[in-house]
Amino acid sequence: MRPGSPPTSGKQKRMAEDGKDDSVATDDDSDLTAADGSLNNTMVEEGSTLLRRMEICVAEAEKRSGKNAVSMQETFTVYLIETRPMDAVAEGRNPAPDSLWRRYSEFELLRNYLIVTYPYIVVPPLPEKRAEFVWHKLSADNMDPDFVERRRVGLENFLLRVASHPVLSNDKILYHFLTEEHGWKEVVYETGFQAKADSRLRALSATFRVRNPDKRFMEMKHYSDELQSHTSQLLRARARVADRLYGVYKVHGNYGRVFSEWSAIEKEMGDGLQSAGHHMDAYAASIDDILEEEEHYADQLKEYLSYAEALRAVCRKHELAQFELEMASQDLISKKQQLRTFSFKGMTNKLFGQEAPEQREAKLKLLEELITEGEETVKEKTVECEEHVERAWVDMQRFKEQKDKDLREALINYAVMQISMCKKGIQVWSNAKECFLKM
Amino acid sequence: MSGQTVAADLSGHMLGLDEDEDLEVFTKNSSLADGSPMPNSPGSMVNQYRLEEDEEDQLGAYTKDIFVTVDNPESNVTAIETFIMYRVVTKTTRSEFDSSEYEVRRRYQDFLWLRSRLEENHPTLIVHPLPEKFVMKGMVERFNDDFIETRRKALHRFLNKISEHPILSYSQHFKVFLTAQDLVSQKKQGPGFLSRMGETVRAVANSVRGLRSRPEEFTVMQDYMENFSNKICSVDKVTQRIIKEQREYLDELKQYSPTYTQWAESEEELSQPLKAIASCVERCSKETEEQIHHLSEVLVPTLHEYVLCAETVKAVMRRRDNIQAEFEAKNEALVSRKVDQEALQEEVDGLADRVELANNALRGDWSRWQNGMRTDLRSAFISTAEKNVEHYEKCLAVWESFLLSQREELSQEQVEDAS
Repeated sequence: MRPGSPPTSGKQKRMAEDGKDDSVATDDDSDLTAADGSLNNTMVEEGSTLLRRMEICVAEAEKRSGKNAVSMQETFTVYLIETRPMDAVAEGRNPAPDSLWRRYSEFELLRNYLIVTYPYIVVPPLPEKRAEFVWHKLSADNMDPDFVERRRVGLENFLLRVASHPVLSNDKILYHFLTEEHGWKEVVYETGFQAKADSRLRALSATFRVRNPDKRFMEMKHYSDELQSHTSQLLRARARVADRLYGVYKVHGNYGRVFSEWSAIEKEMGDGLQSAGHHMDAYAASIDDILEEEEHYADQLKEYLSYAEALRAVCRKHELAQFELEMASQDLISKKQQLRTFSFKGMTNKLFGQEAPEQREAKLKLLEELITEGEETVKEKTVECEEHVERAWVDMQRFKEQKDKDLREALINYAVMQISMCKKGIQVWSNAKECFLKM
Repeated sequence: MSGQTVAADLSGHMLGLDEDEDLEVFTKNSSLADGSPMPNSPGSMVNQYRLEEDEEDQLGAYTKDIFVTVDNPESNVTAIETFIMYRVVTKTTRSEFDSSEYEVRRRYQDFLWLRSRLEENHPTLIVHPLPEKFVMKGMVERFNDDFIETRRKALHRFLNKISEHPILSYSQHFKVFLTAQDLVSQKKQGPGFLSRMGETVRAVANSVRGLRSRPEEFTVMQDYMENFSNKICSVDKVTQRIIKEQREYLDELKQYSPTYTQWAESEEELSQPLKAIASCVERCSKETEEQIHHLSEVLVPTLHEYVLCAETVKAVMRRRDNIQAEFEAKNEALVSRKVDQEALQEEVDGLADRVELANNALRGDWSRWQNGMRTDLRSAFISTAEKNVEHYEKCLAVWESFLLSQREELSQEQVEDAS
């Protein structure tokens, strides 16, 4: 049984689905939440997202100490989320932003909620939990200020992506995450999303046993594997290159030291050597900034490495939905089969002996009820599956476009970084040459 | 002129030289074929050329009239051994040479012979060092092409340094080396092994006794040489380390660009920029390869030469010290003994002269050497800096062309979208 009507441009349909109870602009903010938990759009226009109405940033990071769940003292980092209404900004007013502190685990909780609640969306990833693809001078310590800073940027990026997503941005839990410091966790748990989460075992089983998954999703799943594999290989190789390049630059610092010592014993050559030595020191020092900047490029690639996982999750959800549909259909078929065998009254009587007509009546009725139930189930599962396919396909297309645009930009930025590095190199060695000429 | 003759006599006496070959150079006409005055003492020559600011006119009053090249290494196989013969070509207008062009074949041993003769005859002149005898560690095959080429270049430099030297280039041994078709018979006429041993023993004995008082200028020179030696060795080591790091960097670069190419295979829109990046990285790694090559060809050999030079100069200073020590020893004997004073006096006078000549020779050659060192090292560093600038300029161009290609792609897409 194959769902999968050709994907329509789902935008309008989706708008209608998500903003089920509204189509009227309201001025009254208290009516923000619709019955299904999604926010009413105060502006029903295409592409309207939370980000248009609210300026969001992750401004700072701070260390905190506290007792954890098992009453042990721990140190952790909290991040300051600042929000401001966009219209105030547009009007030139500069009100103080609202702000609250969140830690990484809360971001994780938000994301898990989103994944479960919107299984047809490629949910933006969080910055890495632990530093990976570390080249030797880069700290792998979670408390390292550079790591914390890059994480801050990553968390901000996550919020911006979510808040500008046509579907995710309407979620009220997201809104509360950004605006309500206390009690947010309880609200999230109350949604019961954890119960809705698919068991891994079920998902895995579906992957193996599903018979007719949508080909496009299978291709997408394969692509997500490729994306993951290629980006991680690239990141690994880049980290090694960075490590070696660091070595090359730093060794030149030894020239600085030796030239300086040497200049002390020379008369005519002294000045030239001394100043050349300074340029060698500058050259050696320049690599730190160069590689720090390149980490930003690595972070952009890491985001898509994680996105690959999110993409795969959507495909696996399809497999699961399709599998459940297949199972339900199979179940219905076998029940109908049972019913047919039931009608051969004569046969069964002869084979299994006489049954009281009441007993048989009861059995028949039960079976008929089960079949009706089964038919309902199949209908539900079909709708579920079709809806998932339709919505997921739309989001996967959106993701693809975003990915192509973002990664191309990342590659261009990489080239810009390389150019900057080359220009610095030209500068340093030209200066050194001038010094050598004075020798 | 007489000064030089005496020096030669005495050195011959000290070293037990039988033949007068070297004397000829100094007793001949005191002017060159073209009538310009023949350089006399090293001191006067150095004064002349110190006045010259222009690098090209380093040789001072006279222009270069002898050109030597070393090339065309060829393998020679005999029953006993295999060795390399190098072709040595000389072009000269000097009157001492019967012809204006010579071509001979020489092996490394021959160069060693030449150098040791030059050192014997001019103990306090700085004779440029030869490339090392033994193979550098890490090389398995002695006759590896790179090794031969590096050696050839160093031998070429050696002969050029000798030919540019105002005194050494007039050495009879040098002439023989450049011209004799059969060097073997010429070599046999040299001082025996034993006489050379004698000199060494005397030198050791003298250094054990120690020096009364070394003139301040030579102490300064020695201190400088100690420091210079350390510094140049450090620079050499740092440069070797840079090459090592560059090589490792290059290895990683070679693994890096394929990751872009492989990724491109599973992408559509991104395929083109990914492949373009891969190509940029490849081109940059080629440039890095060239950078490494340049370091090895230009900076390393020069640094290495001056590491050896430092040892040479230190040895020259030791020899000068020995000459002074010998004089002091005999002088002491003269002062203490009353017997046979006249004969001893003459000997002591001779030794005193010898000390003075040795000092003058060294003094002159020292400033000549310093200038040469400054020029050589400066030019090697400049060349390295230029190569590095060139490297970055080329890489810059590579990445800029990538940006350009992306802009073109983008505008093309915009055109397509619009239509």
